[in-house]
Amino acid sequence: MRAPLRRVVFPSIALFLLLAACGGGKPESAGKGTSVPDVPAYGDAIVEGSIGDVSGFLAAVTTDASSHEAAGYIFNGLVRYDKDLKLEGELAESWEISPDGKRITFHLRKGVKWHDGTPFTSDDVMFTYRRMIDPRTPTAYGEDFKQVKRAAAPDPYTFVVEYARPFAPALASWGMHVLPKHLLENHPDISKSPLNKNPVGTGPYRFVEWKTGEKVVFDANPDYFEGRPYIARVITRVIPDQATMFLELKSGGVDTMVLTPPQYVRQTDTAEFRKSFNKYKYTSSGYTYLGFRLSHPFFKDRRVRQAIAHAADKKALIDGVLLGLGQEATGPYKPGTWAYNPNVRKYPHDPVRAKALLAEAGWKEKDGVLVKDGQPFEFTVLTNAGNDARAKTAAILQQNLAEVGIRMKIRTVEWAAFINEFIDKRKFDAVILGWNITPDPDQFDIWHSSKTGPKELNHVGFANPEVDRLLDEGRRTFDLEMRKKAYFRIQEILAEEQPYVFLYVPEALPVVHNRFHGIVPAPAGITYNFIKWYVPAGLQKHRVQP
Amino acid sequence: MLRYIARRLLLTVPLLVGISLVSFLMMHMAPGGPIGAGTDLNPKATAESRARLKAYYGLDQPLHVQYGRWLGRMATLDFGDSFSPDGRPVAEKIKERIPITLTINVLSMGLIFLVAIPVGVYSAVRRGSLFDRISTVAVFTGFAIPTFWLALLLMILFGVKLGWLPISGISSMDYGSFGTLGKIADRARHLLLPVLLAGFGGLAGMSRYMRSNMLEVIRQDYVATARAKGLPEGTVVFRHAMRNALLPVITILGLSVPDLLGGSVIFETIFAIPGMGQLFYQGVMSRDYPLIMGILTIGAFLTLLGNLLADVGYALADPRIRQG
Repeated sequence: MRAPLRRVVFPSIALFLLLAACGGGKPESAGKGTSVPDVPAYGDAIVEGSIGDVSGFLAAVTTDASSHEAAGYIFNGLVRYDKDLKLEGELAESWEISPDGKRITFHLRKGVKWHDGTPFTSDDVMFTYRRMIDPRTPTAYGEDFKQVKRAAAPDPYTFVVEYARPFAPALASWGMHVLPKHLLENHPDISKSPLNKNPVGTGPYRFVEWKTGEKVVFDANPDYFEGRPYIARVITRVIPDQATMFLELKSGGVDTMVLTPPQYVRQTDTAEFRKSFNKYKYTSSGYTYLGFRLSHPFFKDRRVRQAIAHAADKKALIDGVLLGLGQEATGPYKPGTWAYNPNVRKYPHDPVRAKALLAEAGWKEKDGVLVKDGQPFEFTVLTNAGNDARAKTAAILQQNLAEVGIRMKIRTVEWAAFINEFIDKRKFDAVILGWNITPDPDQFDIWHSSKTGPKELNHVGFANPEVDRLLDEGRRTFDLEMRKKAYFRIQEILAEEQPYVFLYVPEALPVVHNRFHGIVPAPAGITYNFIKWYVPAGLQKHRVQP
Repeated sequence: MLRYIARRLLLTVPLLVGISLVSFLMMHMAPGGPIGAGTDLNPKATAESRARLKAYYGLDQPLHVQYGRWLGRMATLDFGDSFSPDGRPVAEKIKERIPITLTINVLSMGLIFLVAIPVGVYSAVRRGSLFDRISTVAVFTGFAIPTFWLALLLMILFGVKLGWLPISGISSMDYGSFGTLGKIADRARHLLLPVLLAGFGGLAGMSRYMRSNMLEVIRQDYVATARAKGLPEGTVVFRHAMRNALLPVITILGLSVPDLLGGSVIFETIFAIPGMGQLFYQGVMSRDYPLIMGILTIGAFLTLLGNLLADVGYALADPRIRQG
């Protein structure tokens, strides 16, 4: 039901998901010149299309992207990622990290008010922290907060947290939405509180209405601490079908959505479409991979994994699956971000080299199929049903591998069964899956050898003492250069070892009606400055007076 | 008659319990669970937080305890709270979705009967005529066309190209500012395509069914007798033949009762209609046990009720059944 990539690594969730919804790049087509003066003006409404309905507005207890996006309009965290995906203050004006890296002191913004007029203070932050670690809160995100050894709110505008050991990803965890203490203290279970349906936050928009399965409406908060947003109203319409949403876009029922590659390439390349819409394109925060169960007798040998990497035609995958709208993945990080190492070993499409490596590993060709110890090289790749991109990826890989004498069968399984029966129980030869890439590069849970237990995320069973050490190092320091060194080395090792064949990073393809001005693409996407978007007075479509 | 109805109603209780038990067991046997949606492949969800969530939802209890608790609540007609993050009462969620699904299904069913019965009767009476042949072809084309595809075509034509009808949803954005008449007109515009398409699929089957019933009845002796008595053709067809041909339709009506509230996942998805079909689909995908059980129980109850209504209707319409 979701976007092609399963949302997986949750950083400071809401912030990240909001950013992930749209992103940087440049508009493909600029709106044709109009005679309307291009000056920021208040008013008008934007209608967004969303595949899924909201399930609640308190990000601590919801886990789906639609809810987190909606909550992002209402609530703020102490920190957020800026347009370059670096952490900056939101409700915190600034912060200090003690020299030993164990204590973070947040200095909060003054004069911030909740939507009901009550002042925001460090008490609210303290309350949020306590609720995150409260067993009565049904949250999947409590872990980062349990690392806190001591929290204190010495005055209304200071909040201090201490950790037993320095823990770099913790800083981003304070992007968790701060909750209003005065409205929640009498509700031991926040998920059952009225606030989950009728939220009151500090954010740029105020909640107006939620019609389940239909729409959510927000109005601009005139007292927002970063200034009143120009767009007076945000309406998120639930349209579960991509094709319907696209028709709504074309007929004016929706102003913005994220396009699929075929829609981007084939269905929007008309003069008529360009007249009304701007298309954007930017590197998405996720990648698709072919992962091996490393304990499998075939895949124990590194040369076999490298051979498969050479056999996989990544260019054909990008052209065939993404219609060219993507780039090769070389490791688990987003190209162009600080943690991404561009100089790792690459595996160009080279069936000859692949065959040589396989021969080296003892595989001999017999009637077009590789055989070793009387066993043909035959395995099954698993992926989840209902993901068109992954199914196509599997089909192309199947052909690539057949060229070098490997027979790969494809099996698709419904998501819950796929995870619970196969991935969690390690009952697979190989899988095609995707991870979301978080702005923080810590991937301890995916690559550390201690994380290979049932339900844990190192499902391929990767174990490398040097990677273990580097992962630990990377999360124990706030020094960006030191972290960079660790993560660069990790990428070198992963590229060499190929526990995954990293396949591709797709482009995110948002489209926005061109009456919206002020969109400045950046590495974080396009929505990071949403409150600065505006519609010049002469172009306004909806009469919404704030 | 009353005793018959009372006995049948009493019998539904053990049946309902049985159905719910089977549903409950099947649901729990399916891979994945309610907390999987948020915790599967989520690095922030540790084993401990999973255990906590399980305890929170009472999923750490043995199955028979969970079922017993559910049954206990059901005895007081309490459907429990949904496992989705909004945690709202299941009854409330269902109640919210019922009116729209009911409207669409009642309207489309009305449409089906309104069109299918005359078409079926006429093609039976004029068997082999041009009308009969055209309607046969039309009906089979209707069977063959995937409705979601037809829906998209109509949406492109009436929504994008002509701009006459809204493409999806059940009301316009400025619905709140309309007067009563405006509101009704707006709803009607939104419902036109979904109702037409929802009816379209049923139309084919129903008109064929009516046609074959009618053909059978027309061959009966009493119809020949009526004709021999010199009754006008209209009276023969509508009074004597059609009334009897309609009898089996009562059964179909009865069996359609659960569909009235069931909703269709495909329609509701394409037209973005927040109905029961979507609600149930979401419930199944997120393994929202109380919601699934709630909808299944209502569905089972309605099916049993529909059967009962059909039987009663039959008995009322046909004296032989009543006496027998």
